[in-house]
Amino acid sequence: MLILTCPNCGIAADETELSAGGEAHLTRFGAGSSDADFENYLFMRKNARGVHFERWRHSYGCGKWFHAARCTTTLEVFGTYPAQTTEPPAELIEKIKQKCPDFEGFSK
Amino acid sequence: MSDAVSVVNGASFDGAVQVKDAGLVGMVTLRGDFTSDSLAKAVKSAVGLALPEARQVKQGAKGGVAWMSPDELLLFCEYDTADALVAKLNKALAGEHFLAVNVSDARASFTLKGAGVREVIAKGSPADLSPEAFRQGEIRRSRLGQVAVAFWLSGPDTMELVCFRSVGSFVYDWLCVAAEKGTLPEYFNAG
Repeated sequence: MLILTCPNCGIAADETELSAGGEAHLTRFGAGSSDADFENYLFMRKNARGVHFERWRHSYGCGKWFHAARCTTTLEVFGTYPAQTTEPPAELIEKIKQKCPDFEGFSK
Repeated sequence: MSDAVSVVNGASFDGAVQVKDAGLVGMVTLRGDFTSDSLAKAVKSAVGLALPEARQVKQGAKGGVAWMSPDELLLFCEYDTADALVAKLNKALAGEHFLAVNVSDARASFTLKGAGVREVIAKGSPADLSPEAFRQGEIRRSRLGQVAVAFWLSGPDTMELVCFRSVGSFVYDWLCVAAEKGTLPEYFNAG
């Protein structure tokens, strides 16, 4: 069972109160982009084994989106941060690096 | 116009705690920028209360106000005055980016009374309802069973609960089953 702290309302919300929104920090390619970029945006996901950045929505609570960093193998949650950002905060990356020496940092 | 009735028409159930349909309650959803002075002023003149802190709910003589999300408030008033309240807010906030809607008929309210109210809700909600974590004055939006609800303590042994009217009778039935005599674990009240 995951428990993520919603940065919008501060509640430590149980997984059943949240909706998963898939991988975070995707770059959108829409009309006018190349087929390869569009395919990459639409279908290709990291499906990471280890550190993963995700989008979540506190759907039964405040209804707001946020980001979470967690490990897909141990389910350890490294932290949550607001949705209004295009990459994870530096201090969170630093924290993850200390906990997981193999983690090479965030890449798009 | 037909007479407005609440979702289970005033029904009540006496079990380990009392579950009661709270009747018709005026509710207005107000979305806007909480940092704006005019929003605070409009709320003050509408229900006589200052903006609540995050996750807080306040009740006053003229009505109540609850913090629903970083840009949403729920105002409580008399059922008959909700439309007038919306008109007042529309006037006070004209020109700003905001939204005020009378949602009274889209909501059902219940009142639970008794020493075991925390345990009744805890049977169906993932929220931490222990007395240390959930205190009077805090509103918690969560789920009960599979439906969205919001609840808060209006007294030490009184829980107010609001849900969508479409699931109102389900929530009432659910609460009645959960409040059946002899079914409370007495976990929070132990010792």
